[in-house]
This record gives sequence, C-alpha cells and structure tokens, in this order.
Amino acid sequence: MDLSSINPILLLASLMVAATPILLAAIGELVVERAGVLNLGVEGMMITGAVCGFIIAVATGSPWLGFVGAAIGGAMLSLLFGVLTQFLLSNQVATGLALTLFGLGLSALMGQNYLGIRAPAFPDIHVPLLGDIPVIGPIVFQHDPMVYVGLFIVAAVWWFLNRTRAGLVLRAVGENHDAAHALGYHVRQTRLLAIMFGGACAGLGGAYLSLVRVPQWTEGMTAGAGWIALAIVVFASWRPGRLLLGAYIFGGVTVLQLNLQAAGLAVPVEYLSMSPYLATIAVLVIMSAGRAPGSLGRIFHAAR
Amino acid sequence: MIVLEKRPQPSRGWSYAAPVLAVVLTMVVGGILFAALGKNPVTVIRTIFLDPLFSEFAWFYRPQLLIKGAPLVLIAIGLSFGFRAGIWNIGAEGQYIIGALCGAGVGLAFYPMETRLVFPLMILAGAFGGWVWAMIPGVLKVKFGTNEILVSLMLVYVAESLLAAMALGPMKNPEGMGFPGSRNLAQYPSAANLELFAGTGMHWGVVFALIAVIFAYIALAKHTFGFHVRLAGQAPRAARFAGVNPGRLILICMGLSGALAGMAGLFEVAGPAGQVTIDFNVGYGFTAIIVAFLGRLHPVGILLAGGLMALTYIGGGIAQSNLGLPAAAISLLQGMLLFFLLAVDVLTHYRVRFAARKVA
Amino acid sequence: MTETLLALEGLTKAYPGVVANRNVSFSIGRGEIHALLGENGAGKSTLVKTIYGLVKPDSGSMILNGATFAPADPGAARRAGVAMVFQHFSLFDAMTVAENIVLGMDIPPSPRAIAGEVKRVSHLYGLPLDPDRIVGDLSAGERQRVEIIRCLLQDPKLLIMDEPTSVLTPQEVDILFTTLRKLSAEGTAILYISHKLGEIAALCDTATVLRQGQVVGTCDPRQTAPREMAELMVGTVLQSPVRATRPEGPILLALRSLTAPAPQQFGTALKGIDLIVRGGEVVGIGGVAGNGQDELVAALSGEMSVDDGMVLLADVPVGRAPVNARRAAGLLCGPEERLGHAAAPDMTLTENALMTGVARKELANHGFLRWPAARDFAKEIIAAFDVRTPGPENTARSLSGGNLQKFVIGREIMQDPKVLVVNQPTWGVDAAAAAAIRQALLTLADQGVAVVVISQDLDELMEVSDRFCALTDGRLSPSRPARGLTVDEIGMMLGGAHDLEAPHLGASGSTDERLASHMKQDTRP
Repeated sequence: MDLSSINPILLLASLMVAATPILLAAIGELVVERAGVLNLGVEGMMITGAVCGFIIAVATGSPWLGFVGAAIGGAMLSLLFGVLTQFLLSNQVATGLALTLFGLGLSALMGQNYLGIRAPAFPDIHVPLLGDIPVIGPIVFQHDPMVYVGLFIVAAVWWFLNRTRAGLVLRAVGENHDAAHALGYHVRQTRLLAIMFGGACAGLGGAYLSLVRVPQWTEGMTAGAGWIALAIVVFASWRPGRLLLGAYIFGGVTVLQLNLQAAGLAVPVEYLSMSPYLATIAVLVIMSAGRAPGSLGRIFHAAR
Repeated sequence: MIVLEKRPQPSRGWSYAAPVLAVVLTMVVGGILFAALGKNPVTVIRTIFLDPLFSEFAWFYRPQLLIKGAPLVLIAIGLSFGFRAGIWNIGAEGQYIIGALCGAGVGLAFYPMETRLVFPLMILAGAFGGWVWAMIPGVLKVKFGTNEILVSLMLVYVAESLLAAMALGPMKNPEGMGFPGSRNLAQYPSAANLELFAGTGMHWGVVFALIAVIFAYIALAKHTFGFHVRLAGQAPRAARFAGVNPGRLILICMGLSGALAGMAGLFEVAGPAGQVTIDFNVGYGFTAIIVAFLGRLHPVGILLAGGLMALTYIGGGIAQSNLGLPAAAISLLQGMLLFFLLAVDVLTHYRVRFAARKVA
Repeated sequence: MTETLLALEGLTKAYPGVVANRNVSFSIGRGEIHALLGENGAGKSTLVKTIYGLVKPDSGSMILNGATFAPADPGAARRAGVAMVFQHFSLFDAMTVAENIVLGMDIPPSPRAIAGEVKRVSHLYGLPLDPDRIVGDLSAGERQRVEIIRCLLQDPKLLIMDEPTSVLTPQEVDILFTTLRKLSAEGTAILYISHKLGEIAALCDTATVLRQGQVVGTCDPRQTAPREMAELMVGTVLQSPVRATRPEGPILLALRSLTAPAPQQFGTALKGIDLIVRGGEVVGIGGVAGNGQDELVAALSGEMSVDDGMVLLADVPVGRAPVNARRAAGLLCGPEERLGHAAAPDMTLTENALMTGVARKELANHGFLRWPAARDFAKEIIAAFDVRTPGPENTARSLSGGNLQKFVIGREIMQDPKVLVVNQPTWGVDAAAAAAIRQALLTLADQGVAVVVISQDLDELMEVSDRFCALTDGRLSPSRPARGLTVDEIGMMLGGAHDLEAPHLGASGSTDERLASHMKQDTRP
C-alpha cells in the first residue's frame, strides 16, 4: 500500500464533490420534515431525478437543462407522495417506502435505453482570484457550479426558516398542525409545497450523481444515498448548519475509502465499501438526536 | 367539494375490498403503461396474471408459485408484527442475506460429511444470522433511541458488501475454476433444500411459511402477545398502561422478523438458488414489505398477497421472455400496487362525502 | 353598552349524527362581557369557531358593526377585530414566546419591535412575559398569557375566551378577571365561555345558555340564582353526591419521599412527595395541570419505575413492580387522557376492558386470551355504569366523552381495587356523567377502598374529598381536612399566582372602584 499516493488537497477537494448529492437531497428532506412530514421516498426521488436529468441532458446536450428536468421529475414524483399522504391520509412511512420502490422501478424502465452512454460534460469553474489561492483555491473554488448551487440552497433554506415569515409558518405547521390550523394557516398547502421542494432537491441530488459524479446512468446507481440523506437530517437535528457538517463528514468517509482502495490497502474492496454505511450508523448512535418537529409523521385531518 | 369524514369504526367491507380494488386499478393503469410501451395491454396483463396458472405450460409455472411465494410470505409474516406495533424493520433484505450466509456457512463447513443433522443445523444458523442482523437496529433503538428504519436499511448495504466478500473470498468454491460463488448446496444431499414431493415446488421453506402463517394467526387473535402488538401500534401510551414493555416489544418484533427473514434466505440459498453468489438475492426482502401491506398485515391476507406477488414475478418473467417486456416494468407494477392500496385505504377509515360548496 | 357589536341570527351547523348548533341567535354589545354557558357538548365550541372563521355555518348569518360578517378563515376574522384564546392552547412548544405571538398576528411588526410591544402590553395588563423564553417551558398560566397578549396586540373589538380558568389557580383567576374588566372598560367586548357558574356571576353582564345546540335562555347572571342557571344548562335537577361518614381504616397507600426525574422534555420532576391514604377515605389532590399530575399517576400505576420503598401498598413496597403486578396487588389507576392512554381509541370496548382487567379478572390463561370472559366483563361495566353504546363490539372512539369516561372509571371500580387513583375523572364530561362518577367514587370509599382523586376542578375536590393537598411543581403540600377550607386557603396551598404583578391601572378611577368591589366576590358558587 502506498499512502503517499493520496494527495490531501485532492482528497479535500473531492470531499466537497462527494458530499454534494447527499447535501442536496438532505436539505430538501430537512424542509419537508420541518413541515412535519416524513418522506422516506428520498431514494426513489433521487434515482428518478438521476434518470430524468440524464435523459434530458443527453437529449439537449445541456447539463443545466438536465438539472432542471431532474428537479421537475423529483417534484412530480414527490407530488404523488403529497397527494397520498395529505389528501388521502395514508401512512407516511408506508407511502415513503412505496415511493422508493416505485421510483426504483420507474427509473430502471425509463433509463433502459440510456445504459452505457456518457453524459455531456459539465466543466468545473475556476472562480477568479479565489481559485488561485494556494491550497484553499483547489479545495474550495475550483468545482462545478452545482457544488455552489448546493451550498447556496443550504444558506437560502437557513435564511428562509429563520428569517422569513413563511419559514416561521412552515415551522409552526411542523411543530403543531392543529394549532397552526386553528390560527388559520393552510397546513396541507404548506406541506404540499414543502414536499415538492424536497422532491426537487432530491432530484437535483440524483442528477448530480448521473451527470457529474459518475457520470453515466446505471440502474440503482444511488445505492442508498437517499437513505443516508435521511440519516443526515436526523444527525443535523433538523438544522441546516449541522446538515452541512454531516454531509461533509459523510463525503469525507466516502472519499477516504475510495482513496484507500486506490492506494491498495490490504483489505478487500468489499469491506471498504461498507464504510460509509457503517459510518452513518455510528453517527446515528453517537449523536443523540435533537428534538424532532412535534407533528413529524402524524396524519393531519381537520375534523371539526 | 369532497369532504373526508372519519368513520367511528373502520369499515369491514372496505378493508376486504380495498386490496381487490387496488389490484384492479393496478391492472388498468399498468395496462395503459404497457400500451405506452407499445405492447398489447390485454395480452400483457393476461400473461402476467393468468398464464402462470392456466396456460399450457402451467404445470411448469405452478410449482414456481410456491417457490417464489414461500420466502415472501415467511418474511412478510415476520414484518407484519413489527409493522403493526409501529416498529419499522425495513432491512429484511439484509437479514435474508446474512441468514443465507450463516446457514450456507454451516453447510459448507460440514461438506462433504453426510448426516441428517446438517440441514436442521443450517436452518438454526440461518434463523440465528437473521436474528443477529435484526437485533443490531433493535438494540440500538432501545439503548440509544436510534432510528430503526435507517439503521436496518444501512445494514442491507453492509450485508450486500459482505455477501460479495464471501462469494469472492472465504466461501468461494475451491473447485469452481475461479468463478465467483460457493459450492452448489443443492448438489450436497445433506444440505440441500429439495422438493419434498417431486414436481410440486413444495420444499421446507413452504412448510415453514405455512407454519408461520398459522402461528401468526393464533398469536394475533388469541394470545396476549398479539394483543400487545396491536395495542402498541394503535395507542403506545395505552400499551404502556396495559403493561407492555416497549423496549422488550421492539426486541421481540425485530428479532422475530429477522429470524424469519434469515430462515427464508437459507431455504433459498440451499434450494432454488443453490449457491452463495454475489447476487443470489433478488429483492424478496423489499417485495415482502409490499406483501405485508397488501395482506393488511393479517396472516391469511399475507398468504394471499404472497401468492399474488409470486404470480407477478413468474408472469413478469414470462412476459419478459415472450413479449420482450422490460424487467423494470414488473417492479414498477409492484410499486404501483402498493401505491394504489395505500390510496384506496382511505375508504376503510374515512367516509367520502360530496358536499356542495357553501357560499360563506 | 347598548350599542350592538355582534349579532348572530339563526346560526345552524350540523355534523353527521348531531346538530351542533340549531338556530342560534343572540347579540353582544360593545364592551359587554357576555357569558356563553353550557355543558360539554352543548355546541359552545362550534359556535365560537363559527365566529372565528374556522367553521362555516349551514345557515344563518352574523352582523358585526352593522355589516354582514362571514369570515372565510381566522385571518379574516382577526382583521375584522375578532380574537380568540383557545381552550387547548394553540401554541407551539418548541418556539419562543415572540415567535408564537408573531404567528397569531396578520401584519406582524419586526422581530425586534415585537419584544418591546410584548413588554408594553404585558406591563399594561399585569401579565409579565419574557419574549425570548421557549413556550414549552412555561407554566399553564404563563402559556395562557401568551395567548392573551397575542390577542391584545391586535386591538380586538371582540375577544373570545374558551374556558380560560380551567388551568389557573384562584389567584391567577383574579388577575385574569381584572384584566378582562379593564378591557371591557376600554370598550372591548368579551365572549366568555364557561360552565362554571360562580365565575360567570362574578364577571359577566349577560349570559346566554346553550343546551343541545339551542339557546334555552338569556339572563343577567348577577340577578339569577346559580341553581336556576344550572338547571337551565343541564335540563334536569341534579343530585348532589351523598357522602357517608366512615370509620378510619388501615393505611392502604403510603408514599415516602417519592422522587423521580421528569420522564421527558417539558415534563415535571416529582420532588419528595409524602402521602398516606387510609381505607375508606378520599384524598383530593388539587393543582393546575402540568405540575406533576401525569408523573404522579405514572409512578403509582407502574408506568414509571421508582425506588421500591417510595410506594407502599398496604405496607408492601411496590415502587419497582410492573404495571400488572400492581394491579394484581390491588392498586388501580385511571389516567387523565381517555383516548390513547386509558383506552385505545380504535379498539372495541371488549378489548379495552381486557386492557387493564386481564390481571384481576383472570381474562387470560397461560397467555391465551379468554375473549368470551372479556366480553362479559365489558358488558358488566356497560350495564353497571349506564354506558350508552349499542354494545361491547363498538370502538372506544365511537363513545361520547362522558360515556367513555364512565367506562374507563367503571372498568377499574369493577375490579374491586384496594386503592384507586384517578386523574381528572370528570374532565370534559357532561354534568350527569360527572355526578355519576363522583357518586361511584364515594360509594367505593364507603366500601373501605382508599381513593385518591387528582383534579384541577376545586369544586369537585371539595365535593368528594375528606382531605385535600395541593400539587405544585412536583411537590405535594401537607394534607388538610377538606371541610371548611376556603378558596383563599386553597389558593395559598397552590402556591398562589406565580410572579404576577397587579395590573397597571392608571386609566380611570371609576374602573378601579368597580374592580375593587368585584375582587371581593367569591369565585365559587
């Protein structure tokens, strides 16, 4: 094994890239859960986003349009979940699982003619001046635009939840839907919008995998990334700042594991590839979760 | 304006009718989907749902029904207890793999000794493996309050990696000329899970699945344990007041579902699959979740739902080879079925009223 | 007060199986304190929700300030000048006071300005509040202040208060009444919903009485005898419970410095509770909800494990014994929350009878359930306690509050307890059912059972208890004989009003005088 072949600057730089799909999916789910809805279908929405984004990017040659398509695809799929849980009052856990199973099937069907094709290139941007700083520049300021879009969304969600009235209402709906209803807020509409935002973000995260990270389409390519995103929301105690930390820790483990594989560590690849999942479990155990939104996962039915 | 009104009691009629309606809706929407794929919808639906039972080759497909249905029913029965109690073991697929690995490990360790003890030991090892794998999320939930959904799911991916490592490493057939995969257990008489009656598809897994159905029925209808499971799911505080220890219930439900999933894995690897290969598992652990819900978490319902789901697997296979239907279409169809079930379930608990919108 | 603010004309609202409001008409004058009196289930809640825009009436109309008033949602009602303080607080536990207040306002000021506004209004009306505190950590009285201030910040013309005193100590009630009178003097009308006649007589100018959704009378509560109003409200003449004098029995339940940490966030820790209950006596434990009542019941029922010697049942330590072992030994409990704690809402009455009856009624044999025996037990309860239901196969949820309460209390009484502990036995129950439950508890004590009644309703405790103690912040006061205890003394035992200051009354001298005369009045019938 040759540890010297691991370049710490490249390691840290690829950490940001590895964390981005999880970060995107998790920030969407964070908003959904703050609104009091538990959508376990992140994996399904991610993979649907991955295939939608890939198909559109290949068809148009534009990765940007691919990402837009992925967001729309993810949101459409989440709408299915929204209608079922908000209007037909189905169990959120079961419906989320159904969404994942459905999404895996749907994406495989949609993507069967796209196997083995390469996605159109999505070049990195070199941020002027900042990108030239030694060490920091290559780590932080020489990535593809979606890395920064992801960071921007996290910041925007933080601002939205903590500084805007709409964010306050969303939190109120998630905290106590009966009280929010009594004050005249529209619980179902708020939740439906949150669910669609979550779907769009998961779609973006999936498309990041198929368009940037891999970049091609394979069946089941999300490989549990959606579930890890869910775990990171719990780890983050439903706070955007900690979410960023969680996603980067996870990205770090993934990247380190890949680097160790490449460096020829004397452990079979199969054991190394378990590490992100084991790390997620460890994090879930060590971090005693904060207080979940009061109405999380509960069915809202305005009786009288 | 459509208004939903909660029924004072769940409708009995709808709780039976809802799964049937869901199946019908799935056929209709699935048919539209197949038409969109350029297939004749009637032919496809008939191929999936009827040909395995009634075509001229049905003699070949009917035994398959038991072979595919048994693991689904066995796993779903285990899951149904936890699901009723609000304990969500989503990682049955992982427990299934680990059960298979443990059971196969015992079998391979005895090779080539011929003794009647091997197979029972393998069953025990399979159940134990699944139990251990399920106890990880169970214990973590009880001790640390960790979310069992996420942990059990993460462990599926870990189990898949472990399976790959085993198939390529310690369990690789030394006489396999370098191909990945273990010795074929089906060709090792003491360890093989063979058909009990030739041509029926009836193997030990089917027997255990039927026993599990009967056991679950009695437990739910007649025993304090089943009563506590139902109580814990419907009203957790009332369950504590009735003397239910929530931690113990979690461990029992997780352990039970894990052990049954592990057994299912062993029966599969020692019989229909035959050997430990990198991808011998085909997602029964996930499909069983659909089976459990489609069967309303009721033992008899699960038996029927397991049969139906096995039918879609077999019929899907026929449609794939005869009509060129993509394999993914079948998993899509299965996911759709669960969606429709959840959607029409609203009729069981709520009454739908059409009210004219009042001018306020 | 002659000018009409709000007039209701022929409001009708029907739900499947029940007409909540039938042709309700009355009017409220400007600055008037108008009582809406009625039993639980008389249709008061539906009526005020109609005024607040949460419920659309099937027919009828409202006129506010001379204009047609049909609010599409609570926001519209608030803009028209209607504000409401809910019975079950519409607050968000994990949020701050300021955030909660902002959520109740349609055009909120900036976050910084809100803190100043809260301070100004709370000083003006004597309701101190720290805008940065988390609501979940507040006492019930403080939580109510949040709701009131949320309303007051919008300068309402009509303030609706739904059973506001059920969570307050007597001193806090006095302060609330002072605030309400000051508001009234400033021209704000108040629609005051209650079933407590004493409060209404002390506070209100007019009372409208609802029964089964209909207006059955309007009167001046200061001129009308409480008995007359009670009969108007209930429709029948009520029997007061009969209490026999009983010989002093042996000590059946003893708590020895019972201490336990709060079981969850926003819960209350129990701090060194000492209590002795003898056979044949009823001990009443008063106090505002959230002061450790749930935790005390959990420690007694076995849902919360404590040190063995902290709970003694007939001298046997049972503090660590599990739930069903305590039941087998004769210690039975009836928790406060009917749906979801004392009973499983979606299960049948047979299953609910089995839930706690399994130990003492031998409803299981080696773990196998004896369903026929459970059904018979459920039928016995239904018959003995006059539970109105078609039969034991109906779900708990399908019963009315009063009937379900009779069922769950009856379930424990029918098991021949040695000690029975009940929490809020008549909360949200109609008067007839409440009277039946109180009588059953007294009869049980007559048979030599030790009975502990935990309640927020001081009238109820005075009616049934031999001895009284107060539970405040997880501490239990020494007990005192209930007979002859005055409201002021009870108030002192409950720890008085927490950190309340006298309202800042600079407005007018005449108001002060009116207040002073009212403050003297007893708040009990």
